[in-house]
Amino acid sequence: MSNIAKAFASGKAFIPFVTCGDPSLAVTERLICAMADAGADLIELGIPFSDPTAEGPVIQAGSERALANGATTNKIFEMVRRVRAKTDIPMVFMTYANVIFSYGAERFIRTSAEIGMDGLILPDLPFEEKGEFGPLCKQYGLDLVSLIAPTSKDRIRTIAREAEGFVYCVSSLGVTGIRTNITTDIAAMVRLVKSEKDIPCAVGFGISTPAQAAKMSAQSDGAIVGSAIVKLCAQYGEDCVPHVAEYVKGMKAAVS
Amino acid sequence: MSKGRFGIHGGQYMPETLMNAVIELEDAYLRFKDDPEFNAELTRLLNEYAGRPSLLYYAEKMTRDLGGAKIYLKREDLNHTGSHKINNVLGQALLAKRMGKTRVIAETGAGQHGVATATASALLGLECEVFMGREDTVRQALNVYRMRLLGAVVHPVDSGAGTLKDAVSETMREWTSRMNDTHYILGSVMGPHPFPIMVRDFQAVISKEIKAQLLEKEGRLPDAVLACVGGGSNAMGAFYNFIEDKSVRLIGCEAAGRGIDTPETAATIATGRLGIFHGMKSYFCQDEYGQIAPVYSISAGLDYPGIGPEHAYLHDIGRAEYVAVTDDEAVCAFEYLSRMEGIIPAIESAHAVAYAQKLAPTMRKDQIIVINISGRGDKDCAAIARYRGEDIHE
Repeated sequence: MSNIAKAFASGKAFIPFVTCGDPSLAVTERLICAMADAGADLIELGIPFSDPTAEGPVIQAGSERALANGATTNKIFEMVRRVRAKTDIPMVFMTYANVIFSYGAERFIRTSAEIGMDGLILPDLPFEEKGEFGPLCKQYGLDLVSLIAPTSKDRIRTIAREAEGFVYCVSSLGVTGIRTNITTDIAAMVRLVKSEKDIPCAVGFGISTPAQAAKMSAQSDGAIVGSAIVKLCAQYGEDCVPHVAEYVKGMKAAVS
Repeated sequence: MSKGRFGIHGGQYMPETLMNAVIELEDAYLRFKDDPEFNAELTRLLNEYAGRPSLLYYAEKMTRDLGGAKIYLKREDLNHTGSHKINNVLGQALLAKRMGKTRVIAETGAGQHGVATATASALLGLECEVFMGREDTVRQALNVYRMRLLGAVVHPVDSGAGTLKDAVSETMREWTSRMNDTHYILGSVMGPHPFPIMVRDFQAVISKEIKAQLLEKEGRLPDAVLACVGGGSNAMGAFYNFIEDKSVRLIGCEAAGRGIDTPETAATIATGRLGIFHGMKSYFCQDEYGQIAPVYSISAGLDYPGIGPEHAYLHDIGRAEYVAVTDDEAVCAFEYLSRMEGIIPAIESAHAVAYAQKLAPTMRKDQIIVINISGRGDKDCAAIARYRGEDIHE
């Protein structure tokens, strides 16, 4: 069983996202351990990008803070290496294609595997462009996570057939960020995926409350939350760890 | 390999949410691009509304002054709305209507593309929203007013540096949230496939006309075609029909800003590296970790950290040359063409004029240079006056 599969092995998964280096890499390191202890099943680590076109204002601001505070790919790799010695929770990087391409795709993917990352999520790498990094991910044993969206329609089957790790179901149109109402028929998207491949499906984009997380995970295998957590990081800065841990605990209880 | 490649460049690096939208756009474009009715309507609008064909003007005084090659100016500045942008906008707006879209969105840097989009929207009855970097709304305040006058909603963009790249990012974000009734009229030969080929095809009318007009006037091809390059739409339009004519030098003039050895530059070919951004693989100004550089040029329309994928390819195969022109050189050329020929070029186009001033004297008198004057410079007067230390109020 892959490490990512373990995240979904014991019931519904709660998957928090944090931007590495927001407010500092030392805090990110503590956040990872605290979220793992609070019941997170898989952690998405954002590598900040200067122009994150799939993100709403909250995660954009988090990326800006992280870059302004000096987060770089190399420093993030060092941080992951340190934290990997303390926890075996499944972890995936979420970033943009240029961060990987510019670093040297093979060097990035090989290093990510070496330091104990389990996968990659790249919102600007659609199915058509998977060839850019897919073969290298296979070679080094990272899962390249596929995204499906409410607009994907007939593409869902094609994407699901080649999906690895888990399928990231984008809950709504638009960019990341907190929404009061999610109207997409998630259950139908998930059914379509599962009719092609037996692979976990987790829902993200717009989820912030325990009620939303419960509703989304009832129709899938788990819930992903980014903006609501990045908002806590913005609000509490260096002191955000207990607040995020508390939040994760509540969300994990809601999805279970 | 994915669709829309120029050598290694191009592709469709877009969020999944938008993939069906770009596929739908490609299908529609392929269906209508050779449709006689569509083309008749577009040609009628280009001729009757936008004022095409634009003039090819022999700049006799400038030619004499520089003492070398014969200089012709392709007068895209005389088009309705004052720049080449209208060529592409009319094509895409007609296509949007054919696709059943009722709303268009667009990014703009100098405001020329935004004004052209607002204009076509007024004409064709489309709802229009334009995204423009906050910094650019200040330096191109007149164009902001023009867009509003034409009925468009202008959204100042505060993310990033508040310039063209941020306007593009914000328009992509907006498109992600609403594509059912909305078409994104991208203004340059960039972004995901099919935009680079579609915008190129709509702009190729420029080189088609240059070729025919020069054949009529001189009975031959030019020796060099010069155009400014940001994303590269006017340059691709001016180059396209000469690509197979190997005797014609194609020269793209990038914005060097304060110099290519300073961080305040937007010269992508001179200072960028291969990357993936805004839906395409191409050259981008970026740091060692792939963070996109906050580029700078006096010209809001060239203030972009990337270049269209077909230009990147023409550079790779050596078919086109790309040179860098500084703010200072462009401002001097802006003033030079105004006094020499009584033509005030856009500060963007002035970059090409500046390089022509260097190139022409090195060429023989029987040789011919065509400079694409992509837009007119009225919009730049206040900014250039400020650059020269004079505070004028519009």
